Amino acid sequence: MQKSTGKVTSVSESLVGAKILEGAVMNGEVAYIVLEDEKRLKAEVIDVKEEGNVFLQVFEDTRWMKVGDAVEFTGLPLTVKLGPGILGLVTDGLQNPLYELGKIEWFLERGLEVDPLDTTKKWPFTPKISLGDKVTGGSVIGSVPEKLFEHKIFVPFSLRGEYTVEKVMNAGEYTVDDCIGVIVDDAGNTTELTMAFEWPVKIPMPFHQRSVPETPMPTGIRILDALFPIAYGGSACNPGPFGAGKTVLQHSLARHSQADVVIIAACGERAGEAVEVFKDFPKLTDPRTGKSLMDRTYIVGNTSSMPVAAREASVYMATTVGEYFRKQGLNVLMLADSTSRWAQALRETSGRKEEIPGPEAFPMYISTLISALYDRAGVEILEGGLTGSLSIIGTVSPAGGNFDEPVTQATLLSTGAFWGLSRALSDARKYPAIDRIDSNSKYPSLLEHEEVTYLLELLRDGQTIASNIILMGEKGITDDSYIRYQKAELLDAVFLQQNSFHEVDGVTTPKRLRLMFNMVKDIIDTPIEIKGKQEIRSHFNFIRQAFLDWNYLKPDDKEFEKQKNKLVNLVKLRSHVEENI
Amino acid sequence: MLRKTYENIDSIGRAILTIKAKDIHNKEMAEVIYPDGRKALAQVIALDGDQVTLQLFGGGFGVSTDCKIRFLGKPVQVGFSDDMLGRIYSGNGQPIDGGPELLADMVRVAGPSINPVKRLIPKEMIRTGVPLIDVFNSLVRSQKIPIFAKAGEPYNRLLANIAAQTDADVIIIGGVGLKYDEYHYFRKRIEEAGSKHKTIMFIHTHRDSIVEGLMVPDLALAVAEQFALQGKNAFVLLSDMTQWSDYLRQLANAQDQIPANQGYPGDLYSQLASRYEKAADIDGAGSLTILGVTTMDDVTHPVPDNTGYITEGQLYMKDGYLELFGSLSRLKQQVNDKTRPDHRSIMNAMAKLLSEAEERVKAQKFGSVKDDYSLRLLEYRKTFQKELMDPFVYVELEDALDLCWDILALHFKKEEVGLSSKLIEQYWPEERKFKILKEMSHE
Repeated sequence: MQKSTGKVTSVSESLVGAKILEGAVMNGEVAYIVLEDEKRLKAEVIDVKEEGNVFLQVFEDTRWMKVGDAVEFTGLPLTVKLGPGILGLVTDGLQNPLYELGKIEWFLERGLEVDPLDTTKKWPFTPKISLGDKVTGGSVIGSVPEKLFEHKIFVPFSLRGEYTVEKVMNAGEYTVDDCIGVIVDDAGNTTELTMAFEWPVKIPMPFHQRSVPETPMPTGIRILDALFPIAYGGSACNPGPFGAGKTVLQHSLARHSQADVVIIAACGERAGEAVEVFKDFPKLTDPRTGKSLMDRTYIVGNTSSMPVAAREASVYMATTVGEYFRKQGLNVLMLADSTSRWAQALRETSGRKEEIPGPEAFPMYISTLISALYDRAGVEILEGGLTGSLSIIGTVSPAGGNFDEPVTQATLLSTGAFWGLSRALSDARKYPAIDRIDSNSKYPSLLEHEEVTYLLELLRDGQTIASNIILMGEKGITDDSYIRYQKAELLDAVFLQQNSFHEVDGVTTPKRLRLMFNMVKDIIDTPIEIKGKQEIRSHFNFIRQAFLDWNYLKPDDKEFEKQKNKLVNLVKLRSHVEENI
Repeated sequence: MLRKTYENIDSIGRAILTIKAKDIHNKEMAEVIYPDGRKALAQVIALDGDQVTLQLFGGGFGVSTDCKIRFLGKPVQVGFSDDMLGRIYSGNGQPIDGGPELLADMVRVAGPSINPVKRLIPKEMIRTGVPLIDVFNSLVRSQKIPIFAKAGEPYNRLLANIAAQTDADVIIIGGVGLKYDEYHYFRKRIEEAGSKHKTIMFIHTHRDSIVEGLMVPDLALAVAEQFALQGKNAFVLLSDMTQWSDYLRQLANAQDQIPANQGYPGDLYSQLASRYEKAADIDGAGSLTILGVTTMDDVTHPVPDNTGYITEGQLYMKDGYLELFGSLSRLKQQVNDKTRPDHRSIMNAMAKLLSEAEERVKAQKFGSVKDDYSLRLLEYRKTFQKELMDPFVYVELEDALDLCWDILALHFKKEEVGLSSKLIEQYWPEERKFKILKEMSHE
């Protein structure tokens, strides 16, 4: 097939205009711009205009480009290569493995492309089909063991209709590009199969059968698991001003969530944060598998100083990889940090194209794009009844920390859980600084529904009483109110607050969460007869101290039960003593 | 090579010029040649057919339609050599200290970012001797962190202090939109501290064109990056990035770009990020640390707001003090577990109590604060400010930590501070035997 060609007609940062010289051009296809020094810059057609003019967004720095430079259209949309070898990788927003690029240059020089998957590594392939079998796109043809699980090998999802297996290779060692079988359609056209295939990043993979998210996914973060949970296949967003703890929360989720595969899309954020993840994770052990945490992780790093146009691609790429692992029957968690940077990238391009701007100069279609992205999360029932899920948690970085802006608003409409981060809480060092009153989730909690209501009621009461105290002073409220207030404060201090940097306190298992909740409930339900604000405060101070000491002990520590009993006695003793007076 | 000269200038703006020309490269350098032979620099920023848009380093004032434009066939570069140490340059890379021009290797400016796999996780604490920094917001080598302050606060003094008091191998000062006396201050301070031999200054003052001002961070960072690649620990001071952003806004406006927030271009975030992200601890080489200044009235203003999302924290200066709330070092967790076992815990406990005290300040306005605990919190707040928030003292970290314990013991009972029993046993000063704190007269 003759490839279409064109030439550059205008250059404005990452937006390049081109005129088609020959052939047809598809909106969304990939093109390469060839510079004077023969470097080839990858770009994507984002608009086709009158008289054979197109707009390209270039995924690299456009310096030294000239009017008249050649454009080679590929006829193919932007794709991601799917197959064994993705887990443990760190790539840029276009799936170039960063460690491989690092062997060529220290800096991210332009025009470098590396095969996304290692094409030299041999995988032990076991076929699961035989000659004459009928297959279609998505059929499993075999598997290879990869790190934590058996990686299924599929007929490329893009193939439609029925095919007959004409040839299958024997079990043995193959690379991702080796032919492992041949299939033929009714018309006699043959297709060679390999272990890896490509899928366009902007097209959601169709569900085999879609189901709804209703099983909570334990995250190890108490305030989430108890009050504002996320479900397998659900979606959540955590908007917040800078410095409120978005990044720490994301890292915590990446480490402790009970997902099979975690994909981190570091989109337009600090490079240092991605580095922390991919340099630390290989050294950390996942307690659930006993293997390195990196074995279940894939990182897409398109950080803030990398070319802007690739930000959008990076989020879609991460999502597509997530959908692929969902097809494997796994529970996948995708963390996108931050969707605001992706939206800003769209704003930059839209502005250069001189589109009529919407609110805050974001393009009018921003909300549609955001909703469509989160819709790619979900639960999928696969052939044979196996279930897979993809959960998406997106960070939003609203300008000025004000949630009343287009990206936050569109995200709130599209996600099932909202974790609003608050600067007031982070200033008070009440981490995670997730707003206890304004956040919400429509997914089921690890606690019972009534228990959640019980906690939320106490928190709301506590807040009301706190504002009364500010207005009227401690003397202006009754002892009963003051006790209720102290209980709410205690709940916050020992249960909702969590030290993510502490080995023990940083992650709470569902079992321990239950234990802690029961203890908190006991304390709250124990009637208190103490009189006087000073005395009441002192009583709760002692309980808080004992509870915090308990939180920092491992369950198998010999002190654990001792500390627990100390706490129980403290709760009983103080109320008992006061009763006797 | 003979370079073609063009004469048909289309338009001249405050900082932008358009001309018809062919075979021109994006971001190519050019010279504006005045009828009397004077020359000024310019750079291509956009191409559209045969229309070329240039930004003028000397500004558009005085450029006439009979000026000629000569394209130089090279991108923006800056000289780099050890002989530059001790020297002062302008925003177009020319020496302005009266010294000779140097023959130096030319290096690229605003190059691509370093591959993240070549970055190390920053682990080396920078001790500044400022308690609010060392105890509460420890700085780490390769960090990028600005001071947020209103115009008029002594931020440049703090900037120069930190640079001079640390063990940086090379200090690069990038002054953008400086008043002449600020420029003079930096010069004097660096000389007094005996750091001149390891300092290079790139200075743009208010009398220079905004395009030169825009270039300053790029030049400073390109040179610093070279030093870092040679294994040096380089410190870059950038003051003031709000002015820089303002120049960016002016230029975007001159190009008829659609403004996003408050007239700033939609790519303000990316523009700031590509500068700040130059900070790195490079595997197998040295490091580049950036201390910036972002002047502001309100933290939700687009410049501090975008900056906060990019930098690894910020130091918030108000009324000459460093504020605890609003200040943040994102990298402190990398180092403050290796200083002293009580460091992290006491840092958090002090902050929680101060936050409780702040609530009482609000309540005090209603006249509702009468109980003993609240009154003690308010006293604690006063002590905290006096002892810990002054940015111009020098206290070793260990002494500052002891001071924190002293302050807690002065105002609180052990069970009120929310610290683990183990730490309290080890560090609590019994019976007011303070190590550092001097008892106040009213006690």
